[in-house]
Amino acid sequence: MIDDRQSMRTAEGATLSLVPAGILPRGGAFLIDLLIRAPVYIAALIVMSTRTGSAAGLMLIFLFLLEWFYPVLFEVLRHGQTPGKRMLGIAVTHTDGAPVTLNGSLLRNLIRQADFFPMFYLTGFVAMLSNRRFQRFGDMAANTMVVHVGNSRPPQQISVAQTTPPDWQVTLDDQQTLLALLERQDSLSAARRQELCALGWPELDSAQAEQRALATARYLRGLE
Amino acid sequence: MKQAQFEKQFEADWRQLDQHLATLEKLRRGDLANDPLLNQLPASYRRICHHQALARERGYSLSLIQRLDDLVLRGYRQLYRPRLPLAAPIKQFLLAGFPQAVRAQWPWQLASAVAFCVSLILLWALVRNQPDMVYALLDQATAEQMESMYHPEAEHRNQRSAGDDVTMFGYYIYNNIGIAFRTFAGGLFFGVGALFVMLFNGSFFGAIAAHLTNAGFQQPFFTFVIAHGAPELTAIVLAGGAGLRLGWALLAPGPWSRREALGLAASQAMTVMYGAFALLLLAAFIEAFWSPRQFEAWIKYSVGGVLWLLTLGYLFAAGRR
Repeated sequence: MIDDRQSMRTAEGATLSLVPAGILPRGGAFLIDLLIRAPVYIAALIVMSTRTGSAAGLMLIFLFLLEWFYPVLFEVLRHGQTPGKRMLGIAVTHTDGAPVTLNGSLLRNLIRQADFFPMFYLTGFVAMLSNRRFQRFGDMAANTMVVHVGNSRPPQQISVAQTTPPDWQVTLDDQQTLLALLERQDSLSAARRQELCALGWPELDSAQAEQRALATARYLRGLE
Repeated sequence: MKQAQFEKQFEADWRQLDQHLATLEKLRRGDLANDPLLNQLPASYRRICHHQALARERGYSLSLIQRLDDLVLRGYRQLYRPRLPLAAPIKQFLLAGFPQAVRAQWPWQLASAVAFCVSLILLWALVRNQPDMVYALLDQATAEQMESMYHPEAEHRNQRSAGDDVTMFGYYIYNNIGIAFRTFAGGLFFGVGALFVMLFNGSFFGAIAAHLTNAGFQQPFFTFVIAHGAPELTAIVLAGGAGLRLGWALLAPGPWSRREALGLAASQAMTVMYGAFALLLLAAFIEAFWSPRQFEAWIKYSVGGVLWLLTLGYLFAAGRR
């Protein structure tokens, strides 16, 4: 597979596969969080400019918490997802797939300041492009990464039709290739489907090759 | 077994686990402990791991593998949810963990303290000898503002209300803790950011202290700053030291890769940052509610002196066996 999926084995022998989130979803999530925070910020500033005394002091403490701990609060209590991250289907995890801890979340959010330097996350941007996990410096220090979650599609119904047993010793690769063809047939144009199938059955004409490939795939899947 | 049979046999299982996980993901931490679903999770997690391994081994289609991968990951994330550390760890941390961590990082903490103190003493000596040099560091307006703040006859000094105290408390938290956090993060740039903050703050403090002494305002100034200075200046130096620790990991990672060294240094430095945070909260409290009170100078100096002794004694001695 040519992709940025990171696979690792857990103690239970299960395979965890993590798909790192790139610049766009992360930037989008940041903007959404910013839009959520901005009105609160402005309201607090208005309160502070009109009132003095205790109210202003409490507002300052509130602003301090909002500025530094907004992401920490959500990441720790809401499965690594701030509201922005939730909307874009991404979450913070440790690099071993475990949910982010309080320590990890605090660390990555304190070092956010360095990633922001000198402006618009330039440092963090360069750091993210330089490693396979798209980690900014805060992530590297906290051993965290931002991954896509809940991205599997619902199972698809595949119609039952004629099947043909394969006339060769099928390898796992062959099987997965044919099963993938079966699942993706609707998203490929007819011409492209025939072109692909002709690669496997060059002796047949392309329409027959397609029929043969799909029938073999249905057989392998067990649709009888 | 072919994929279609496999799916047919276990589809109900997977759907159930999916719903089950969705419920757990919505639950808040508090409700979780007595949730009956939680007891079933380990068993259903093991089952889904088994299915995933079978699906991979038998070369079933990628979309099925991906679906099972996703369930495994979600199960794993529920099973290994971190518990929030609370009372007991906090007590252990304050009694021993924090001062031990500071001492374990003594080279960086010392470097940070030296940078701060040396720049403070240099600027103090300079401005005491050449009073005009203060304007090299701060502009006229800031200097005048400082003078009026600490003028012995200034009226505002006797008229602070309780509301003002709370305002200032909020301000000190917002400002000082923010500075400490930024100092720490700035250390990531090979320590330069942290070192700069130490040098700048040391110089600034030295210059202002000397300037106010030149003007004859030393009493109001020192009686104001001495008490909260103990936790506050200490915490800023500690944040600087923690930042230097980060930067050093990148400069000289030793036997680790730079990334590993950074992770290692960060987890150690973070311990100090928790402590610095606690010290700054204490400092903000003292600065807002004690420092502005008017008492005889000797009372203020003794309280301040005791606080300095306590702070430094705590860092040097607490948690030793």
